[in-house]
Amino acid sequence: MTTTTTRPSATEPTTPIGRSSDYLDNRTGIGHAVKEFARKVFPDHWSFLLGEIALYSFVVLLITGTFLTMFFVPSMSLSTYHGAPKTMDGLLMSDAFASTLRMSFEVRGGLLMRQIHHWAALVFMASIVTHMMRVFFTGAFRRPREFNWLIGFTLLLTGLLAGFTGYSLPDDVLSGNGLAIANGVVKSIPVIGSYMSYFIFGGDFPGEQIIPRLFTLHILLIPAIILALVALHLMFVVVHKHTQYPGGGRKDGNVVGFPLFPVYTAKAGGFFFVVFAVLSLMGATMAINTVWNYGPYDPSPISAGAQPDWYMLFLEGSLRLMPGQAEFVSWGDFTWSLNVLVPAVLPVLLLIGFALYPFIEAKVTHDDREHHVLDRPRNRPTRTGIGMAFLAFFVILAFAGSNDLIAIHFHLSINEITWFFRVFVFVGPWFAFWITKRICLGLQRKDRELVLHGHETGRIVRFASGEYIEVHRPLDEQERWVRVNYTAHQPLELPAPNGPKGTKDKAYKSAKRWAKLSRFFYEDRIEPVTPAELAASHSHGEHDALPGGEDHALVAPDHSVDATEQSH
Amino acid sequence: MKALAARRHHRFAPVVLLLLALLVTGGVYAVLAPGQARADSASTQDIETGKKLFQANCATCHGLDAQGTDNAPSLIGVGAAAVDFQVSTGRMPMAMDGPQAQTKPRQMTEEQTSQLAAYIASLGAGPAIPTDEQVDGSKGNPANGAEIFRTNCAMCHNATGQGGALSEGKYAPSLERTSARNIYQAMLTGPQSMPVFNDANITPDEKRDVIAYLEAQREGSAGGATLGSLGPVSEGVWAWVVGLGLLIGAAVWIGAKSS
Repeated sequence: MTTTTTRPSATEPTTPIGRSSDYLDNRTGIGHAVKEFARKVFPDHWSFLLGEIALYSFVVLLITGTFLTMFFVPSMSLSTYHGAPKTMDGLLMSDAFASTLRMSFEVRGGLLMRQIHHWAALVFMASIVTHMMRVFFTGAFRRPREFNWLIGFTLLLTGLLAGFTGYSLPDDVLSGNGLAIANGVVKSIPVIGSYMSYFIFGGDFPGEQIIPRLFTLHILLIPAIILALVALHLMFVVVHKHTQYPGGGRKDGNVVGFPLFPVYTAKAGGFFFVVFAVLSLMGATMAINTVWNYGPYDPSPISAGAQPDWYMLFLEGSLRLMPGQAEFVSWGDFTWSLNVLVPAVLPVLLLIGFALYPFIEAKVTHDDREHHVLDRPRNRPTRTGIGMAFLAFFVILAFAGSNDLIAIHFHLSINEITWFFRVFVFVGPWFAFWITKRICLGLQRKDRELVLHGHETGRIVRFASGEYIEVHRPLDEQERWVRVNYTAHQPLELPAPNGPKGTKDKAYKSAKRWAKLSRFFYEDRIEPVTPAELAASHSHGEHDALPGGEDHALVAPDHSVDATEQSH
Repeated sequence: MKALAARRHHRFAPVVLLLLALLVTGGVYAVLAPGQARADSASTQDIETGKKLFQANCATCHGLDAQGTDNAPSLIGVGAAAVDFQVSTGRMPMAMDGPQAQTKPRQMTEEQTSQLAAYIASLGAGPAIPTDEQVDGSKGNPANGAEIFRTNCAMCHNATGQGGALSEGKYAPSLERTSARNIYQAMLTGPQSMPVFNDANITPDEKRDVIAYLEAQREGSAGGATLGSLGPVSEGVWAWVVGLGLLIGAAVWIGAKSS
């Protein structure tokens, strides 16, 4: 009995999983993608997971949001509500508000879903902001990632829009107040304002159109834009490869870390469940946006402590700080509502200006190199200072938006708080810039000091001559690498003018302005320790004669004293 | 009947009728007017003691005969309700000058308070202390109360009565622990910066509805911890502290090297 069946070749899969994978791969070519992704190396640092918090809260938002759309009725037609809670029983209200109440009190798990959704929205925005802070302060926006910075920035703005359109949907008094402010801002636009308002609200405010319109934006258009941008954002992360913090062996040409499979699949996959768990915990234990306390929308009432969600608080703050005198009438009877327009537009313009920072920095640094190793924030004092100034500006505005709560809870006068913030919103960012820059320079000096002289050991040695010195332990290679491996950029040099003084030379004037800005960035700097300096500090005697590695005026006065101690 | 018919054209008949009409009007007013009713029920003894208490504790600012001074208003005609509100919440006698009188542990006993109230009520008619029936929240309609509260009270006291800031350090206090009687009296007399909501403005039944709404707020909120019922600002603080705090903690844990 001879059989002529051929044995399966070594490449043919035999197991069921193998066979089905082969089937799939032959038809989709997914094998290449899996191979590519599974070997993707991801560096280990907690701050690289901030963006993932945003991503996962967005997934939670999609899941819970889908649940909510099954019960929400986006309609402003009025009916009398009967049901829980008793403070809302028998009131005339819109279907949107009534369905929000039913979803909260009658649908099983409805209130939990609503609360998880709202908490997820707050955490989504908070994690975007912290992720952005990480990217900014470590310089992860430099070439080749400028576009991804812009995409992330657009995600921040669309996140704001998603939040605003979302919390306006329940049609309660608080969300109606927010819409009333939005209406005011639109109407304050000169000439076209009132037409725009009619266009948006489908007639006079509040009308009967706005809730269905916001609903479409909130559940269709904005999530689609966010989803597309997130896909693009992640695609660029794959294309550019991930950045890494400076350290031994980490260069612009490599990535040091763990492969996506299995280490990061487990870590990141597990992190999704951690995020979901934390958001569920918040949704289950802490009440949020208790619309039944605010009641159905009616344009007349407004309650004390009426504020938007935290990420819009900076706009509320700028509106509260703006003096009312900015409204005036000119050209007969034409009213300029600058008291509303300026505080609404100015912070947003400033925010958008912030998006251009990578391009400005590249220009003043004359830096066109690819960067994959991150900066330590202290090594870029001016950038870190500017970032803190921006943060301070928006944080102060957010506090100003909470001025009534500050007043009542700290027994202060709301008028005095408002005046304080009116001044502080200009002084505070400047102060934040200055103090941050000084701290950064101080930390850099400390690094230099540490590299040159090593760690203090606390061991005091007495010489035969009677002199005492403290023994210093030199840094190991890794420690030193982190502290010396950076560039202290110099200000741009001013090119020679093309003609004699007085001739018009636009290019020269522009170069002069950029050089001035560059001086602002890099005038104060601490140079990293060079090998020569290090060798000198370890040898005896020569150290005193060494020219300071630091720029003029920045040589620490106590530096030489320390140096002499070491040289004995 | 015959005698009445015979004398109805008497020349004194109009005078008698006029006197009768005045008597009836006065009588009905005495029965219906809130201030009078309470003042009448207080004994002269109470009024006398109240006067002594007043002269010892209040006259420095309000004047010996409660006529008011440059520092404090006249109390003639403010009624027993105003006295009971101010004294039973400890606002009066005032401990120190400030943007507004603050609540503190009450300085007068229940009895002394009613004696003071009787004295002030005897000086001129004003709103009386409401009855227990009038302030019984369980007889009110919380939904109607919520609507009245939203339109008339929430702009200062916050949507759930947590209080709010007014100008120059003045404030609308939290109503979380205010007694039903004090809530009613506050609406009736409009203490400090608060406007008066008289019975034509918000009827006694509606006042009771407001009390019902505020008492419903104390039963806690659906959905878990109320976070102070302060709205989006406190929610934002909790999102950052609890939400992002826990998540960054988890990120540090996950990002930490296993070695």
